[in-house]
Amino acid sequence: MKRQQTQKLAIAVITGAAALVVIPIVLVILYIVVQGIGALSWEFLTARPRNGMTEGGIMPAILGTLILTLGTAIVCLPLAIGAAIYLAEYAKDNRLTRWVRLAIVNLAGIPSIVYGLFGLGAFVLFLQFGTSILAGSLTLGIMTLPVVISTAEEAILSVPQEFRLVSQSLGATRWQTIRHQVLPHAMPGIITGIILGLSRAAGETAPILFTVAAFYLPSLPSSVSDQTMALPYHLYVITTQVPGMPLSVQYGTALVLLLLVLSLTLVATVIRTRMRRRRDW
Amino acid sequence: MDPKIAVQNVFFTYGDGTEALRNVSLDIAPFQIFVLFGPARAGKTTLLRLFNRLSDLIENTTVQGQVLVSGRDVFERSTDVIDLRRRIGMVFAVPTPLPGTIRENLTYGLRMAGVRSRDELERRVERSLTQAALWDEAKDRLSRPASALSGGQKQRLCIARSLALEPEVLILDNPTSGLDPLSTAMVEESLHDLKQRYTIIMVPHSVQQAARVATRAAFMLDGEIVEVGDADQIFGQPLVKQTEDYVTGRFG
Repeated sequence: MKRQQTQKLAIAVITGAAALVVIPIVLVILYIVVQGIGALSWEFLTARPRNGMTEGGIMPAILGTLILTLGTAIVCLPLAIGAAIYLAEYAKDNRLTRWVRLAIVNLAGIPSIVYGLFGLGAFVLFLQFGTSILAGSLTLGIMTLPVVISTAEEAILSVPQEFRLVSQSLGATRWQTIRHQVLPHAMPGIITGIILGLSRAAGETAPILFTVAAFYLPSLPSSVSDQTMALPYHLYVITTQVPGMPLSVQYGTALVLLLLVLSLTLVATVIRTRMRRRRDW
Repeated sequence: MDPKIAVQNVFFTYGDGTEALRNVSLDIAPFQIFVLFGPARAGKTTLLRLFNRLSDLIENTTVQGQVLVSGRDVFERSTDVIDLRRRIGMVFAVPTPLPGTIRENLTYGLRMAGVRSRDELERRVERSLTQAALWDEAKDRLSRPASALSGGQKQRLCIARSLALEPEVLILDNPTSGLDPLSTAMVEESLHDLKQRYTIIMVPHSVQQAARVATRAAFMLDGEIVEVGDADQIFGQPLVKQTEDYVTGRFG
């Protein structure tokens, strides 16, 4: 009798803990939607800020975030996926690979403001890229590396060993096996990692603070050496630095950023389920 | 006749120190079914995977001795492993179709070898399916997923997939382990036809199967060859007590 009661209590506590996780998320999203939905309009999404940013839209910031996300992808993906393939398929267990793994774990643990400072020192000042899309993308790209490497490696390792055996027994080279069997099979998992990494990069403020983000720009960026506005930084600016900013504009901006990140996650989920369904075996 | 495969004083050790093969020597003549049988952990699979150097996929192993295929040591530095694997087909215990259609499975090895000609690929598809006794069942569904086939059909597809490369040797590692008696019979029957054209090396599912299909047989135990001989002799009058005990079902 006693054991059964303990069991019931345990289940109740565990279920409660799981349910409690949902509550803050729902509250945050609801609050932002309620406060910000009024500000959303075609003009808000497509126009530039006017009148000390208190009116008009946030188009330059949206565009900037999209550009930076794309830049992050260009910097991060080839490196990260290459590293993941190496670690999962080629690396022997030796001192070098242990150091590489240690480095990845530590990269994941570095606070984003430290990446920002590193980007300032390395890209903006030392390499003289200046405060630019290039410097910002590089900084965000490096920050995103560990997430993508770890998830992609995990996805590659989860491909059943039989496929490698069969493929190579049929005279496929190691690379052909990776290219034609392992990667297609691991792709849903890899894409999940990519989108997770990119959506984090899209929402970060600290790494772009010193490397690319502009307070306000009268014109849109025209090259990778230009600065750009970006949603997270814009949000930070209008909530803390601009007096008399209407609350609805602040929450509207937050809502747009939230929707952007959530839609990235949604796209990832759709791609993943599609690919899973197609790969029938 | 010169042996197709000659194993000479081979020792094989895994990374964890397990001695999987101890001083193994064997001659396998062409165009016969050579059966390697014995209890689990006797070293059968380990030995098979030396022939096409699939053993390379495992790290930290050590090999001593020689494995000659058509007179050339596969562990020689100059050996082209990819070419070796095209000449030695392998079928695994669990039927493992690759993701994709039946046709894609059959042409995979050829496409990886750079064969582009559609006619050539189609010709090999038909030929290999016919040889594996699957043509009639599969000819109308070549563009369907291979995963839709039954267990027995999948295994015959795997045999056909190896044959599509027109190898010299076909290795089958317990190919009927998961199959029902009817499918097993079909696979065994196709093997009898195939030995006209290929050298077949097989680890059987049971002693009974070994006796049914073998031309010659070797009994393995704890990484060593206990006895080698013609099938009639090995399964009729084994010379070594351990072989006799195993064949008559007293252990194993």
